[in-house]
Amino acid sequence: MNDVAVALPALRPDLRYEIPASEAGPAPKRIVVAYGFWIFLLSDVVMFSTLFASYAVLARSTAGGPSGVQLFNQVNVAVETACLLASSYTCGLMSLSVESRNRAGTYLWALVTAALGAAFLALELQEFAGMIARGATPQRSAFLSAFFTLVGCHGLHVAAGLVWLAVMMVQVALRGFLPSVSRRLNCFSLFWHALDIVWVWLFTVVYLLGIRA
Amino acid sequence: MNLLGKLDWSAIPFDQPIIMVASALMILVIGAILGWITLKGHWPYLWSEWITSVDHKRIGVMYILLAMVMLLRGFTDAIMMRAQQAVAAGGAEGYLPPEHFDQIFSAHGTIMIFFMAMPFVIGLMNIILPLQLGVRDVAFPTLNSVSFWLTASGTLLINISLVVGEFAKTGWVAYPPLAELQFSPGVGVDYYLWSLQISGIGTLMTGINFVTTILKMRAPGMGYMRMPVFCWTALASNLLIVAAFPVLTATFAMLLLDRYLGFHFFTVEAGGNAMMYINLFWVWGHPEVYILILPAFGVFSEVVATFSGKPLFGYRSMVAATMAICVLSFLVWLHHFFTMGASADVNGFFGVMTMIIAVPTGVKIFNWLFTMYGGRVRFSVPILWSIGFMVTFVIGGMTGVLMAVPPADFQLHNSLFLVAHFHNVIIGGVVFGVFAAYNYWFPKVFGFRLHEGWGKASFWCWLVGFYLAFMPLYALGLMGMTRRLQHYDNPEWQPWLVAAAVGAAVILVGVACQVAQLAVSIRDRRLLRDLTGDPWNGRTLEWSTSSPPPAWNFAVLPQVGDIDAWWSRKQAMPARQEAPARPYQAIEMPKNSPTGFITAFFAVVTGFALIWHIWWMAGLGLVGAFLTILAFAFRREEEIEIPAAEIARFDRVHEMEPAQ
Repeated sequence: MNDVAVALPALRPDLRYEIPASEAGPAPKRIVVAYGFWIFLLSDVVMFSTLFASYAVLARSTAGGPSGVQLFNQVNVAVETACLLASSYTCGLMSLSVESRNRAGTYLWALVTAALGAAFLALELQEFAGMIARGATPQRSAFLSAFFTLVGCHGLHVAAGLVWLAVMMVQVALRGFLPSVSRRLNCFSLFWHALDIVWVWLFTVVYLLGIRA
Repeated sequence: MNLLGKLDWSAIPFDQPIIMVASALMILVIGAILGWITLKGHWPYLWSEWITSVDHKRIGVMYILLAMVMLLRGFTDAIMMRAQQAVAAGGAEGYLPPEHFDQIFSAHGTIMIFFMAMPFVIGLMNIILPLQLGVRDVAFPTLNSVSFWLTASGTLLINISLVVGEFAKTGWVAYPPLAELQFSPGVGVDYYLWSLQISGIGTLMTGINFVTTILKMRAPGMGYMRMPVFCWTALASNLLIVAAFPVLTATFAMLLLDRYLGFHFFTVEAGGNAMMYINLFWVWGHPEVYILILPAFGVFSEVVATFSGKPLFGYRSMVAATMAICVLSFLVWLHHFFTMGASADVNGFFGVMTMIIAVPTGVKIFNWLFTMYGGRVRFSVPILWSIGFMVTFVIGGMTGVLMAVPPADFQLHNSLFLVAHFHNVIIGGVVFGVFAAYNYWFPKVFGFRLHEGWGKASFWCWLVGFYLAFMPLYALGLMGMTRRLQHYDNPEWQPWLVAAAVGAAVILVGVACQVAQLAVSIRDRRLLRDLTGDPWNGRTLEWSTSSPPPAWNFAVLPQVGDIDAWWSRKQAMPARQEAPARPYQAIEMPKNSPTGFITAFFAVVTGFALIWHIWWMAGLGLVGAFLTILAFAFRREEEIEIPAAEIARFDRVHEMEPAQ
């Protein structure tokens, strides 16, 4: 019964002390939503890391088919990377516009972000189409299965991000910067930056190491 | 092009009387329940109070109901397997043909892990977490509803496989290359994969939801080291969900790509690597067993402290042990397949790690024992399950450590010794834990206690039945019997298998007692009524509110100053006194939403269509799900306000006094 003597702060208003953050009570919704979205992003990163691991295991299992050295085009990948990194920058500018409740700026930077994202996707699809035309289909070898799945999964995320961004612009147009709309835009920008980080790994592990090998 | 994909009348197994009778029975029971609801006009009530509810307590109850129904389903499979193996000795073939027996053991494992144990544990966390944390709901209430309904979708799909088509014949782990299209051309593996993908998304969202709830939503004053141990174990469990379930999703996605689009992740040709599936599966699979057992450890901690009338012994070491297990659980996966042929160093590392993870578990056992030591233990049903757990789980843990020795594992791998081991820890740990929790928290949820006598009868039947059913399997494993045998030649095994079947029958009596317990308790609910909200003289905050709690849980958020917040408040206010005038304020509560149910409907449509290659229907389902979420994103009102007067009125009716 060692806990009997402990007094509650509520019962002892004379005891005033700094309340640590962990004891401050439920966090405001803005914090809770962003925090939950961070946790989701971590889970998404775990999913990508599984795909990365399987790519690493299967990277040399070309089964007599083409390997990365023969397939990857450095110029194409460099342009893709430039598009995506630039879109992350413009996404940041969009966040600043949202912060200052600037509708025109939000639309402008969202448009630029979406255009860069779409350009990235178009280049990626072009790369895929070229590979398939040369017979380097995902059915050809375990290496290509893993390649198309890993890169394609990232591409799907980018495509989903574009749809999300479009929906958000409709919400801004119809509802303005309601707290819920700002929260979602905040989550979107977290998502978009996370995709950038995944791409940096992907660029390194798949393309840079693939071209060297 | 066929409009219905691979689906035609041959999918329904008219030539298999056992399946047809079981299916007819299932359809009859479901039809009767739906008919009764329609006849009595309960649909509007069910729709507005349950199906569209985003209240964490309601969602938790639905999870547990689902788990209990699936327990019956999975247990039926178990009884069938025990009966088959009891008779199929020597030349006898038993009554189950091999292709049916294979589906039964696969369905048993899949259902028990994913659709019994997981929903039960998640349901408990749903009901209890916000109450113990002293808050009004989880972080994302509508997402919570979506999670539940996706789990229900997966459950529905896996049960449809009983009637339409077939289930996987690969075991619950679906290892390739057997699970590849080349060797499993039927829809069984597709049922397995899609139902688990859909319910897996639900589980992942639950994990995200609960981690956020625990870390960002606690009553004022509840620092980390004041959280009840159940909340700590739930935190560890949900962190594991967030870190492990994406691995399963990705792994199943790869197998699906192999099966649907001819990829070569795990195939035997074109460079595929089947062992990679087995590694990835257990990178999820081993944390998964801790996802299940850690909340059970939390339950035992609450029950043992409450029924011993003492604070938990070694709270800090309990927290440390929980988090140690959380981390270590990712470093042992290879012990599921020492026979893969990794080097001795690799096997040695994972063997040692496996032995190390037993240490924090041992710490916990001693903490519970020392909590009881010197206490006045009230031998009510929840603590019986806890004591039964301690004895049984220690045996299961020791056989686990035995198999952690790689050379021993080479002998015991895939034998009945292994089957006995994991049933020993899952039944003795998780199942006993959720039953302890069911008896412990039932009065909180429904306002009346469960019948003691029937509860005790059920416990003893389960305990005795468990030992009778599984101890022989250890012996059989040492005698060389492997798992999943539809029939066998060695007559020496038969007496042991007959004993195991008798054990299963004793457990069946235990299950019947539980059904009787529930029925009797509902009948006698006036006698068993609990008006105090605190029937066990509890220690944590869930006992500080009325039973059942109002939608808002707490009229005023509690102030926490200690580990056992409710206990210390009771100690600080020993005598019955006038409740201080409470500053009631209007409370914003999340609005009910059909989003979860409708999304789940489209998930079932999509899943079924993908299993049977009905592409247009799959597309329709996906578009439907997308539009549902879009509609949710565009809804105008997110919350309703409960006026202060209503809260004050509720409090006057359910006068809660911290007096004992």
